[in-house]
Amino acid sequence: MKIEGKVWRYGDNIDTDVIIPARYLNTFDPAELAKHCMVDIDETFAANVKAGDIMVGGKNFGCGSSREHAPVAIKASGIPVVIAASFARIFYRNGINIGLPLLEIGDAVEKISANDVLRIDTSAGTIENLTTGDTFKAQPLPPFVQGIADAGGLINYIKSR
Amino acid sequence: MPMTMSEKILARHAGLDAVEAGQLVICDLDLVMANDVTGPPSIKEFEKIGRPVFDPNKIALIPDHFQPAKDIKSADLAKIMRDFARKNKIAHYYEQGRVGIEHVILPEFGIVAPGMLIIGADSHTCTYGAVNAFSTGVGTTDLAVGLATGKAWFKVPEAINVHLTGKKPKNICGKDVILTLIGRIGVDGALYKALEFTGAVSELSMTDRLTISNMAIEAGAKAGVFPFDEVAQMYVARRVKKHFEPVAADEDAKYCATVEINLSELKPVVALPHLPENVKPVDELGDIKINQVVIGSCTNGRLEDLGIAAGILRGRKVHPDVRCIIIPGSQEIYKEAVNCHWIDIFIDAGCVVSCPTCGPCLGGYMGILSAGERCVSTTNRNFRGRMGHVDSEVYLASPFVAAASAVTGKISTPDEVIGHED
Repeated sequence: MKIEGKVWRYGDNIDTDVIIPARYLNTFDPAELAKHCMVDIDETFAANVKAGDIMVGGKNFGCGSSREHAPVAIKASGIPVVIAASFARIFYRNGINIGLPLLEIGDAVEKISANDVLRIDTSAGTIENLTTGDTFKAQPLPPFVQGIADAGGLINYIKSR
Repeated sequence: MPMTMSEKILARHAGLDAVEAGQLVICDLDLVMANDVTGPPSIKEFEKIGRPVFDPNKIALIPDHFQPAKDIKSADLAKIMRDFARKNKIAHYYEQGRVGIEHVILPEFGIVAPGMLIIGADSHTCTYGAVNAFSTGVGTTDLAVGLATGKAWFKVPEAINVHLTGKKPKNICGKDVILTLIGRIGVDGALYKALEFTGAVSELSMTDRLTISNMAIEAGAKAGVFPFDEVAQMYVARRVKKHFEPVAADEDAKYCATVEINLSELKPVVALPHLPENVKPVDELGDIKINQVVIGSCTNGRLEDLGIAAGILRGRKVHPDVRCIIIPGSQEIYKEAVNCHWIDIFIDAGCVVSCPTCGPCLGGYMGILSAGERCVSTTNRNFRGRMGHVDSEVYLASPFVAAASAVTGKISTPDEVIGHED
């Protein structure tokens, strides 16, 4: 998948409680979850995010609760890919399982700022910062996990077998 | 090939003689677990797969997060799970009045046992490492596939050896051990790894171990596994009715790192807002006034935890400016606390006592914080807005510190309240 979009930039240890606070977990409707995505650290996000925008975080992105509501809320907000220095492991599995590509690029994430425009090839794992001219390469997925990503998520992968 | 406890459990369930860290394996699961928040979306994904449940006797569905239902939408979630459990004859579904907090009742009922491999759609599923199981949290899609196939894929984790020495001092419990560890290695210090405990584990009660394994995830860990010793043997002997096979790490097992913790040196600590790694000794804090105390949760809602709180609150009163909420983790614990007259102590002290629920821990209900309010809590997370308003604060602590703080109205060591009495 090739994507070009504007960056919403967040810091280290973005936890699933701020991605989608528990007070909204009495539903699992993606559109409803998207309305409250990031609200506790960024009240402007849900109202202003545009389909194709890209979310970028620091280390340990998605730490905390196992709630898949968190990547679902991000995906339903129109974000097609999340980039971070590193991801918490349950969030990482959940992202791949629901077909939300996650790119891990370590400290290189420091070279991406809010509102930069990125061009991304998720299958090649390449990221081009069109604002600064920097280019990055994400850690490749293990082949088995890439298979799940290519199927568009774990349910499709299981159904196809 | 020498193996860690985690490697041995994963190898056994992958049908292999040996595995090593980094290897991807597909394993047979002994138990698949979800709650009223994660169960309903898992059921929806499960139905897309179009297969029956793999084994109704190996599935646990526990309505504990927003139950007894806090609002209509939560009642709807509970109904989805209840209907599914009945239709599919799920063995381990429990109704209100018989249920408790998932990670309290599954060990208590003997449903989790040594050597088992467990996934749960709840990040604190790692709790069962205390009984020598490998158990880890997953999301709803992994859970759905687990319900349908009884399998999950794992990357065999490297293990950090948490080597314990010394003797556990008075007024120190498992919470101080795990908070001290997280303070040292950080909230991503064990990311993608397992914590395995070695050394002076016999100093720790099963309650201590369940608290420690429970919070392994707060260091990013996939699991927090304890060896099977006499203490664990005594715990499971009167609970687990089925055959089980414990695992022990080989003497020359490979660890990616070793962290030494001398129990004798531990002091009562708290994790300051807004991360579990912001750990400081209570006696270095100065005066921090509080509005609420919560004693309960899958981390510290067990009988021993309530006993600690009762020991401090006996004959004392909760500070006039503080609301102290006590939540037994299960009906059995609640009943035992009644029999021990601890509930009398709590009510006489001016505490709220609730039925078992996750409620306030995740800002669900039963103790939501207003802007600017501070809570000392025996729960597991102090993220921004975790327990209510985005400008409220949560300080994580042991039941010793929580009960002492309820009396003084500020974050306090147990010594400040009970001195050196026994």
